Amino acid sequence: MAAGDFQVPLISPAEFAKEKVKALQDYALLVGQSLANLFRRPLYVTDMIQQADLIGVGSLPIVILTGGFTGAVLALNSASTLSRFGSLTLIAQLVSVGMVTELGPVITGLMVAGRNSSGMASELGSMTVTEQIDAMRALGTDPTKKLVTPRVVATVVMLFFLTIISDLLGLVGGNMVSSLLLGLDSRQYWTSAWQSLVWRDVTTGLIKPVLFGFVISTVGCYFGMSTRGGTQGVGRSTTQAVVVASVLILVVDFFVTKLLITLLGYR
Amino acid sequence: MSAPTLPLEKPAIAAKERGREAIRFENVTLAFDDKVVLDEISFRLPHGETKAIFGVAGSGKSTILKLALGLMKPDSGRIYVLGEEVTQMSEEALFDLRRQIGMVFQESALFDSRTVRENVAFRLIEEGSVSEDEIERRVREALSFVELERTVDMFPSELSGGMRRRVAIARAIVTQPEILLYDSPTGGLDPVTSTTIVELIVKQRDVYKTSSLMVTHRLQDAFIMATHYFERQANKMIPLPKGVHCEVPMAFLILRDGKVIFDGDLDELGRTRDEYIREYIA
Repeated sequence: MAAGDFQVPLISPAEFAKEKVKALQDYALLVGQSLANLFRRPLYVTDMIQQADLIGVGSLPIVILTGGFTGAVLALNSASTLSRFGSLTLIAQLVSVGMVTELGPVITGLMVAGRNSSGMASELGSMTVTEQIDAMRALGTDPTKKLVTPRVVATVVMLFFLTIISDLLGLVGGNMVSSLLLGLDSRQYWTSAWQSLVWRDVTTGLIKPVLFGFVISTVGCYFGMSTRGGTQGVGRSTTQAVVVASVLILVVDFFVTKLLITLLGYR
Repeated sequence: MSAPTLPLEKPAIAAKERGREAIRFENVTLAFDDKVVLDEISFRLPHGETKAIFGVAGSGKSTILKLALGLMKPDSGRIYVLGEEVTQMSEEALFDLRRQIGMVFQESALFDSRTVRENVAFRLIEEGSVSEDEIERRVREALSFVELERTVDMFPSELSGGMRRRVAIARAIVTQPEILLYDSPTGGLDPVTSTTIVELIVKQRDVYKTSSLMVTHRLQDAFIMATHYFERQANKMIPLPKGVHCEVPMAFLILRDGKVIFDGDLDELGRTRDEYIREYIA
């Protein structure tokens, strides 16, 4: 085989821009449809519950592990700085606010993106390249209703609860470090962690997973439904879904945080 | 091969009685990037007729089926299916129309995470108004039509290529559609299995009078369909007496360079003087 056979065709900047705008348009369309389907019959409640089980229960072990260890390492890292200022007792406050407002939603979002965005992209991608999506349309069923909307609803709902679990496990992890390694009183830790949280922190921490869940599911479904090029295309879609969902989580996190600070003010 | 019993009820051919055409293409043009795949093609499929579509690979045969089903939109021209102009219909409206059309995809396109029963029952379940007992009865009827009743609890991955194709046919006919679209139903199959599939298509044509478009590369399949009919009493496909093959509702459509170069029955095909067609059918 000649070396030239592997040459990648060059795309003009205009063509490239056009492709990206088209992708953005298709994504926006899919997002719109997935939301509009909530108000159209049938609603596929069984599929939603099935997806909630796959996404929620299936992600529980990794969320428990990552949440617990994130809280523990947060306590461990901040201990030396806080002890330098004689403020080691503030460790509970730091872990509590850090986990609830930022690390809990973001770490859980990234974990679920890695597990489920890729899963959705590969599953729907395989269905696309084997004409199963076309077959579904040919059988008179809307694939966005049957496949996309249940995944979006399930991810949004389950990520909300997974984040709460992650926050709690993060606090438990912080407590383990502070009581077992740093010798702090456990009751004092929990009292301080509880009292340091204000409603604004909780609101921020619970709005983010809803948006992250929406991003994870729509990105996963979009890349799955737009897969081209056989098994190689499925692999490409899976990778793209994880990368784009992860980056978007961090981008959305920044803008949501900024927006909430603007609306609710600093602590 | 002896054919299975005929458990299905006579399908509704109300549309035929209303005198409508099953499918009509009017000056349909479609291009992918700079390549014109279909160039102002026109043809009609009368009710009850089966039309075999031929052409070299990439000539737009499968595209015609997807256009008829509204899965793709043409760049210009009009397509009428059961009297409705699909080129003007919204996706939501198309879902209703598609419920009257069955499609057998090239690679079967069975839902691989669902059992044979769930695949065949898919459309009935989606309708939401059919009882579970009725679904089970109709699934078994459709599977018995393709002689695959025993596979009801199996997954598509456990079936051979020919069996998957037959399950796809069962899925397409379970709601007794007015139109069937076959995309290379015998492609990649051995001659014995191909004959089984052809017999099922002939049975659907002659017993249920279903209008069909069939994309195929295999001329011999279409010739068998044009020279045989399904004898209901004998319950099998048998050859027509010599000289009467035009009495079966079977037509041929040949595409070349995006244009229809032949549209007619077996007699007309045999009489054609077009060099390309003569070479094609030789």
